Amino acid sequence: MSTRPPKMSMGTLETHLRARRDAGQALLVPYVTAGLTADWPDYLRAYADAGADAIEVGLPFSDPMLDGGTIQEASDRALRRGATPGRLLAELSTANPGVPLAVMTYANLVFRTGARAFCERLAEAGVTGLIVPDVPHDEAGPLSEAATAAGVDLVLLAAPTTAPARLRGIAERSRGFVYGVTVMGTTGERAALADSAGPLAGRLRELTTCPVLLGFGISTPEQAAQACAYADGVVVASALMRRALDGATPAEVGADVAAIRRALPAG
Amino acid sequence: MSIALRGPGDDLMHRRRSAMSDPGPSGRFGRFGGRYVPESLITACEELEEAFRDAWDDPAFRAALSQTLELYAGRPTPVTPALRLSADLGVTLLLKREDLTHTGSHKINNVLGQALLARRMGKTRLLAETGAGQHGVATATAGALLGLGVTVFMGERDMERQQLNVFRMRLLGAEVVGVSSGSRTLKDACSEALRHWVAAADDAHYCIGSVMGPHPYPWMVREFQRVVGEEARGQCASLLPRAVPDVVVACVGGGSNAAGTFAGFVDTPARLVGVEPAGGAAVAGGEPGVLHGFHSYVLQDEDGQIQEAHSISAGLDYPGVGPEHAHLADTGRATYVSVTDDEAVAAVARLARTEGILPALESAHALAWVLKAAGTPDLPAGSTVLVTLSGRGDKDADQLARLI
Repeated sequence: MSTRPPKMSMGTLETHLRARRDAGQALLVPYVTAGLTADWPDYLRAYADAGADAIEVGLPFSDPMLDGGTIQEASDRALRRGATPGRLLAELSTANPGVPLAVMTYANLVFRTGARAFCERLAEAGVTGLIVPDVPHDEAGPLSEAATAAGVDLVLLAAPTTAPARLRGIAERSRGFVYGVTVMGTTGERAALADSAGPLAGRLRELTTCPVLLGFGISTPEQAAQACAYADGVVVASALMRRALDGATPAEVGADVAAIRRALPAG
Repeated sequence: MSIALRGPGDDLMHRRRSAMSDPGPSGRFGRFGGRYVPESLITACEELEEAFRDAWDDPAFRAALSQTLELYAGRPTPVTPALRLSADLGVTLLLKREDLTHTGSHKINNVLGQALLARRMGKTRLLAETGAGQHGVATATAGALLGLGVTVFMGERDMERQQLNVFRMRLLGAEVVGVSSGSRTLKDACSEALRHWVAAADDAHYCIGSVMGPHPYPWMVREFQRVVGEEARGQCASLLPRAVPDVVVACVGGGSNAAGTFAGFVDTPARLVGVEPAGGAAVAGGEPGVLHGFHSYVLQDEDGQIQEAHSISAGLDYPGVGPEHAHLADTGRATYVSVTDDEAVAAVARLARTEGILPALESAHALAWVLKAAGTPDLPAGSTVLVTLSGRGDKDADQLARLI
């Protein structure tokens, strides 16, 4: 924790996560694919009740390049139900789960609307974070500006293979949190936390005071607790969506989130 | 959005270089191209770019590739004057015969280049996506030649439609993985190959089949296909009184045979015409967007969800188009037109009967435009026109038997 540069224009998401982290709480960010079921906003409320610090909301894209089978299936199901970004954001704006929301989606949905207009729509829906995995650091300049202008934190991803100079750039530009990808692979459940998770989180925490969260392949309370030994928190997605796809109700998936919460240090 | 995506100085940088040259580290062709991939693939893309730059500057690599193209793939391919059809149309029609290469299409040029590069990089496996199976077969062939393992991703719907090519790939020692997500066609096979590459980049090279994907692929594949245009340029010089044809025509799905062909003529007065299928005309009917790692024209709905292409020709059944084609269209250096399935089928029959050449349905699109345009202001009587016959039509015989 040596030289930590001051952050500029910190948004609501980051302010909130920093406060919780600084109070000693391990951060828990569960995920839901928007539009998965008719009652999908109920997952947001269940997650918040279960102790989520923020919630990642997937806006489904037809060709999700970084997602494994589970999130692909969830996206396909949502799209077949007629989900559109406009309708989903309208539903999101009335959900009021009481914790910050970060939208995860792909570049084409953002640029189709236009980076500025898209970020403004997010802000109008009460969304304070944005994750776009196929807009890497080098291509993120204009989107980063648009997000900042709209008061949305643009979260960047870092990978185990990211070179040191790049990692520094990512750590400096990322807002909200820095998303450490634990594995070289797509989203999806894994039997064990990857060995690369710890070193990546360590490198990132040397570079920034922004919260560092680990994600990809974190499925169980044990894996989440293990990841939180290295990082400020975790994102849990596929394990929850697998349950939802198999018919678990918002309350049941919320109970899974609560079980993970109980395994993590609380502030 | 196009303005928002454009990096500062990109345009200026581009104007300083000649057309169809090195796009530089940003991988931009004007406002198109780029590298829109997850962070997990950035290092692999950077390593590939560095390895390609190094190899392409290395005379020994160039010599090895040239020798393989000559002794194994059957290059150079001839330019054949289509005499009877020329007389019928009132134009001078020349055909660049990529159908005569080993495996029967221009795909082999790119695949041999990438396979030699992969071996030079120390990779032991090739990954590929395929639609109709032509690129998969070519990759399986190169893998067998160089002793590299090959995994081909193919949509399950395409596997049903192209059972013979699935068998050919397996006979050549490749593993064929069916893709059951999305529309179960080429675009889904591309997504799945990219996903697999994220986890396998240590020992596997992703051998993309067209001038698409993240930088450096659109540039690298065009360079590996440049041999088509450069050969044709020399051959036209000895066949035509004015050395350069008035018009150069090629079909465009992703656009690799067109990119290679155009690269040989972009600095001449020849008009360049790319022919898309009416059911998958990304330049004519698409909007700027990002798919499979690059920014170009893409068929999509108003929200940005990717739409499926619908062409009789599986090799052209892709909702996007290579970013350099988008740029050539924007600058007006090349013109993009489209023909219907019926026009392509009619062109297959016409060439077969007048010249004894059975072209692939893909290549027939280029020919179909010539048949339609000859004698009109688009291609006045007396014009000279070069068509790249990108592949042979044997693979389409079953499909054609049901249509003709």
